Amino acid sequence: MGAGLFKAAQFRIAGDSGLLVEYGDSIHPDVNHKVRSMSIILETERIHGIKEIIPTYRSILVVYNPLIITPLSLKCRLSDLENRLSEIEIPPPKRIEIPVYYGGSFGPDIGFVATTHSLSEEEVIRIHSQPDYLIYMVGFTPGFPFLGGLPDILHTPRLETPRIQVPAGSVGIANAQTGIYPVTSPGGWRLIGRTPLRLFDKNRKDPILYKAGDRIRFKPISESEYQRLAVEQKNL
Amino acid sequence: MRDAFRVVTPGPYLTVQDQGRFGYQKMGIPISGALDFFSFTVANHLVGNPLESALFEITILGPHLEVLSEMDVALTGAEMEMSVNSIPVERWSSIRVKSGDILTIGQARSGCRGYLAVSGGIEVSHVMGSRSTYVGGELGGYEGRPLKKGDLIRCGKKKVLDRPRHLSESAIPRYPQEILLKAIPGPQDDFFDEGSALFFTSPFLVTPKADRMGYRLKGPLIPLKSGVPKSIISEPAMPGAVQIPADQQPIILLLEQTVGGYAKIATVVTPDISKIAQATPGDTIRFESVSLEIAHELFREDHQRRLKIINTLSGL
Repeated sequence: MGAGLFKAAQFRIAGDSGLLVEYGDSIHPDVNHKVRSMSIILETERIHGIKEIIPTYRSILVVYNPLIITPLSLKCRLSDLENRLSEIEIPPPKRIEIPVYYGGSFGPDIGFVATTHSLSEEEVIRIHSQPDYLIYMVGFTPGFPFLGGLPDILHTPRLETPRIQVPAGSVGIANAQTGIYPVTSPGGWRLIGRTPLRLFDKNRKDPILYKAGDRIRFKPISESEYQRLAVEQKNL
Repeated sequence: MRDAFRVVTPGPYLTVQDQGRFGYQKMGIPISGALDFFSFTVANHLVGNPLESALFEITILGPHLEVLSEMDVALTGAEMEMSVNSIPVERWSSIRVKSGDILTIGQARSGCRGYLAVSGGIEVSHVMGSRSTYVGGELGGYEGRPLKKGDLIRCGKKKVLDRPRHLSESAIPRYPQEILLKAIPGPQDDFFDEGSALFFTSPFLVTPKADRMGYRLKGPLIPLKSGVPKSIISEPAMPGAVQIPADQQPIILLLEQTVGGYAKIATVVTPDISKIAQATPGDTIRFESVSLEIAHELFREDHQRRLKIINTLSGL
């Protein structure tokens, strides 16, 4: 049994059309794995009356139509599925490589991150692009991935005053988390680089390139590679 | 498709909305859609549209529109004066307009949001299954933004009604400045003890920070009980969830918000979201605690009430 994982799911009432199903009480890969498995099963089962399934760090918010299904029968179906979890094959998570041009005007805070931890900018790039990061949750803005697994040596506090506009594609650090801004939005994370990939495209069949539970790895690229990929993205 | 309107002046915040965008919250895309679902439903049925149709959501002050073809329109929701070529016309009724007419909608005298439906529904592309505008994500609606002077609005093809439709006087909602909202404790009601008692007995003022993302309220401080964490692991919230952030002043989360990091003391019942949509800064809100069973009873009654109105309007 993994750290922080509950023996049995705990239910919280989220209004007349929402049931919050919690599988653990901490941010831990084992808890998130359970969330991912249950979300995949729920989406395959297509239970009549369920309108939406939203996975989070450690829980699933199930949105239902109370005219069609009662919370009691919903809980029964969920517990039943949880018991059958071991019999069901869960597809492995996707691994996505995100090319990033680190530093310069695309990563204006890389110098701050480096000096805070007495590292060189090259070391920051090397350490940040090493791990396979787990996408715990997607939210805040369309396609924003909350990534876990940032090495301790790079943990850096947020900006005192958030920027009014963070350009789309910016890669940032906020304490123990790292993430990417898929659309231009306000934000307070320390920016260390930028990806030329269009992470969110409302007109694409899959508007975002990944789901909660998938893994992301950053690949350092040169400025000329960034420009080449940026042009390629535009012509897609 | 045909031309419906040219926007002469849009007013402060005019957007295209439908029932909302479902199934994309897991990607960080909020539901959006008409905030006052009752007024939305009635407006569409007054002009003979199915519920899937899109209409205008008007905030505080209405637009001036040049009419470009013959059609029926209907205004519901907030009490805003509507006129055709400067001649006042009824709200909560279908109104026949023709090419060249100027449709003017005034300032809200009570309530906050008006809903203007047009025969055939407003035609904009579906984005992820919905025509609703999500301004924060610049998607849906008309170019993902509130309307501007000069915009050309198209609507679906549809014959005008055989006979006009009206909502009966007794079914028209009133928008008092003292609002009572029924709310179910939770999902984190266990984070509060005396805070809960205070929340369900005190009046709260609607502040000017009130929009489609959420309504910030001002009232007595609602403390967390001792020993619980100051924030929770971020999670999505249902529309109507009342979050208590660090400043201990409640925020009712609405349709353009997906994730929150503070404990939610209660969640307003679905039928009462329409009341929040019509609340304006300075109004007073009180919360009444109801059980989930009662809330589901209210949900069914509200559904039946709308069905009955729809059937009466369609002459069934």
